[in-house]
Amino acid sequence: MSGISRRRFLAASLAGCAATTLAAPKKALASGIFTGYPESMGVLVDLTRCIGCRSCEAACNAEQNLPDPLLPFDDKSVFDQTFHGGTQKRRTDENAYTVVNRYNPEGGEPVYVKKQCNHCAEPACLSSCFVNAYTKTPEGAVIFNKKVCVGCRTCMVACPFSIPAYSYSSAFDPLIKKCIFCHETRLKNGKPPACVDICPQEALTFGKRKDLLKIGNQRIQTHQGRYLDHIYGENELGGTSWMYLSPVPFEQVGFDPNPGNEPIISHVKDFLSTVPMVLAIWPALFVGFQLLAKKQAGHGDHDHDSEKQHDEEGAEQ
Amino acid sequence: MSSKRIFTIMILTMAIVGMGGFVTAADMPEQVSIDRLSDLFEGVEFDHAMHTELGEDCSVCHHHTTGTGTTDERCISCHADSKEVATVGCSDCHVAAPFSSEHINRKSLEIYQFHIDTPGLKGAYHWNCIGCHEKVDGPTECVDCHARTTKGDAFYHKNAIGSSGAGGE
Ligand code: SF4
Ligand code: SF4
Repeated sequence: MSGISRRRFLAASLAGCAATTLAAPKKALASGIFTGYPESMGVLVDLTRCIGCRSCEAACNAEQNLPDPLLPFDDKSVFDQTFHGGTQKRRTDENAYTVVNRYNPEGGEPVYVKKQCNHCAEPACLSSCFVNAYTKTPEGAVIFNKKVCVGCRTCMVACPFSIPAYSYSSAFDPLIKKCIFCHETRLKNGKPPACVDICPQEALTFGKRKDLLKIGNQRIQTHQGRYLDHIYGENELGGTSWMYLSPVPFEQVGFDPNPGNEPIISHVKDFLSTVPMVLAIWPALFVGFQLLAKKQAGHGDHDHDSEKQHDEEGAEQ
Repeated sequence: MSSKRIFTIMILTMAIVGMGGFVTAADMPEQVSIDRLSDLFEGVEFDHAMHTELGEDCSVCHHHTTGTGTTDERCISCHADSKEVATVGCSDCHVAAPFSSEHINRKSLEIYQFHIDTPGLKGAYHWNCIGCHEKVDGPTECVDCHARTTKGDAFYHKNAIGSSGAGGE
């Protein structure tokens, strides 16, 4: 489980022998993938159903009280926007926790892809966070505690889907900004997220993750030729709560086709271990961040609860 | 042909024609108001009569519920000669709140049965309409079928600063 591993990782690092012990937790992780809370919820995104109406973006904006958009939500010219010399489509940021992009796979109809946090079973953002700001709730959401976040942006680097963003409105009070599965206003009360509720095409199916896998497989079976025989997120990166069905190979619609089935934490540590500067100040960093976390959130007891990452108060976004 | 026989045929013909007329006039609505879910958009006054002329048979929209059988190969093994059911409105099978915890829990219990993926009412409407309209070049934009309400205009940020002034579609 991510929690145990992370703490083991912390403890090991604190012992001051960072370089030699970094390999140990990686091994522990690889041997047991956390398959998630059994009754946790998820969303199955069916790319064959999405018509690119962007209603889900509008619903998210309203639900999360995000700033007014530059263009109306029914403006389809956004699908032509590209960044970084045409290599990148729109991404989620501090003003938009979900975006829909249009892809034109070879010789086929356009495919619209809604993007948001995928709410990983073993979230890299959570595992990489020094101050334990993130929580994976039993309902399936990956949420965070803004009071604890110190704005180090490690989660931004760690996320394999480039999801967490920051609000830069105040240099001294940076805040993580990302989709929280409408946890506070809806999910924890048994309600679907706002985007799912609004979608005219039922392109987003909300349900228990284990049921969504059955539903997804049934769709693939009963509509021969309509789908690629693959549910993206079933195993990718240790599994995600949001999963995708596609009519075309996933790399044609902006997905990394082979992210591996291991949670990303292993890679994060590899990445971090190549930064000697960080390694040198490792123990000091951890002590500092942990003290900070305890002080700011009163997390003293929480740390011993190794079975659950759930934190009732950890959800303000 | 005896006059008695002609008389019988006449009666039978009248009965059949009459019955046909009866089904069309009384059972099949000319117009259907689709407005149960209206909020950001107004309801749709659906021209049922016009669409029945376009559709090959009722099962195109009503699946196996109107007594005309079905040609969909995914349904045919069980529903080849399913009888007409008492009510054939969309909302008789497609629930308005498919993602309520109540419905999800029920689905969870029935997950090993076949119909585990029946769309909700909103999904059912839109697939049926847009799915067909795409094939026959019918209207597919939101406001082609239902006008947006004032609440809807605000929701979609019609007057966003970068808007063309036309206010969306
Ligand atoms: S998608 Fe990124 S931000 Fe969301 S849970 Fe996974 S690692 Fe965290
Ligand atoms: S609301 Fe549904 S159909 Fe519209 S863009 Fe979002 S996912 Fe696609």
